[in-house]
Amino acid sequence: MTQTQALLTILFIAFATLLTRALPFWVFHGQPSAFVRYLGVVLPGAVIAMLVVYCFKAATPLVWPHALPELIAGAYVVLVHHWKHNLVLSIGGGTVLYMLLVQLVFA
Amino acid sequence: MQANALRAAFPRTLPVMTGYLFLGTAFGVLLQQAGYGVFWALLMSVFIYAGSMQFVTVGLLAGPFAPLSAMLVAFTVNARHLFYGISMLGRFEKRGPLKPYLVFGLTDETYSLLCAGEAPDGVDKGWYDFFLTLLDQLYWIAGSLFGNLAGAALPFDSTGIDFAMTALFLVIFVEQWENAVTHLPALIGLGASVLCLLLFGADRFIPFAMVVIFAGLYLLRRLAPIVQVQKPSSEKTEATQ
Repeated sequence: MTQTQALLTILFIAFATLLTRALPFWVFHGQPSAFVRYLGVVLPGAVIAMLVVYCFKAATPLVWPHALPELIAGAYVVLVHHWKHNLVLSIGGGTVLYMLLVQLVFA
Repeated sequence: MQANALRAAFPRTLPVMTGYLFLGTAFGVLLQQAGYGVFWALLMSVFIYAGSMQFVTVGLLAGPFAPLSAMLVAFTVNARHLFYGISMLGRFEKRGPLKPYLVFGLTDETYSLLCAGEAPDGVDKGWYDFFLTLLDQLYWIAGSLFGNLAGAALPFDSTGIDFAMTALFLVIFVEQWENAVTHLPALIGLGASVLCLLLFGADRFIPFAMVVIFAGLYLLRRLAPIVQVQKPSSEKTEATQ
C-alpha cells in the first residue's frame, strides 16, 4: 500500500467511525420517544456486558491454555475491584498479572 | 467555569488514563512494528480515535488497498457506538456548541464515564462532559505517540499488555453491577453476547449480539416493566438544575 492509499484508508475508516457515533443524533432528532428513553436507561448495563464478552473473544477454552490466563486475571480484577475499588490495584495489577501468566506461567 | 469543570472531571478520568496509556502504548508499538511512524500514530489517534478499530486498522494497512471494505469493517466493529448515541440523545441535546465534539469522542470508555453520572453540584454539566471527553482523547494520543516512539526500545516484553482494556471493562461492569437497580439488562447483555459468540464466532458476533440485546430489552419492557423511564416532567427539573 502506498502512503496515499494508507492515508485514504485511514480517512475512510475515520468517516465510518464518525458515522456510527453521529447517526443516532440525526435519526432521532428532537424529543426521543418513551421507548428510546427506556433504551437509554437499560442499554449501558447490557452493552458493557457485551464489551466484556468482546474482550474475551480471543480466549481458547477448548485448547491449551484453556483460557486460564484470561479467567485467572479476569477473576482477580472482579474480586479485587469489588473488594478495594482501587483502580491501580484492579487495572494495573490485573494487567501485570495477565502479562506474567502469558509470558512465564503458560508460555 | 472551565477550570472548575476540569478539576471535577480529571479525577473521574484516572481509570481511563491508566487504561488508555497502556492500550495506546500497545497500539503505538504495533503500528511502529508495521512500519508506520509517529505521524501516522497521531493521524489515527486524532481522527479515528477508536481503540479496537485502530488495532484492526494496523492489520488492514498491511493488506491490499480496499477503502470501501475498510469502511464496512469500521462500521461493523464500531456499530456498538449506535447504542451509546441512543442513550446520550437527551443529555447531548443540552450541550449546545460542545455537542459535536462530545459525539465525535464517544468511545467505550468515555461513554462509561458519562454513564457513571453527570457533573457534581456547582459544576457546569456541559464543560464537565467536554473535559471528560477531551482528557480521554489526550491520554489516548499520548499513549499511542509514546508507544510509537519508544516501541523498539521498550525494556520489557509487552505481550499481554492489551489485557488493560479487558480489565477496564470488567471494572466498569463491576461498578455498574453494584449500582444497578436491576441486573436484568446486564444479564441479557451477557447471555446474548455469549450465545452469539458461540453461534457466529469471534469475528462476526457483535452485530448479532446487538440485535438479540435489542430484542431482549424490548421483551423485558413488555413482560416485566421493572425499569421506570423518567417522565418528561422530571427531565425538565433536571435541565433547570
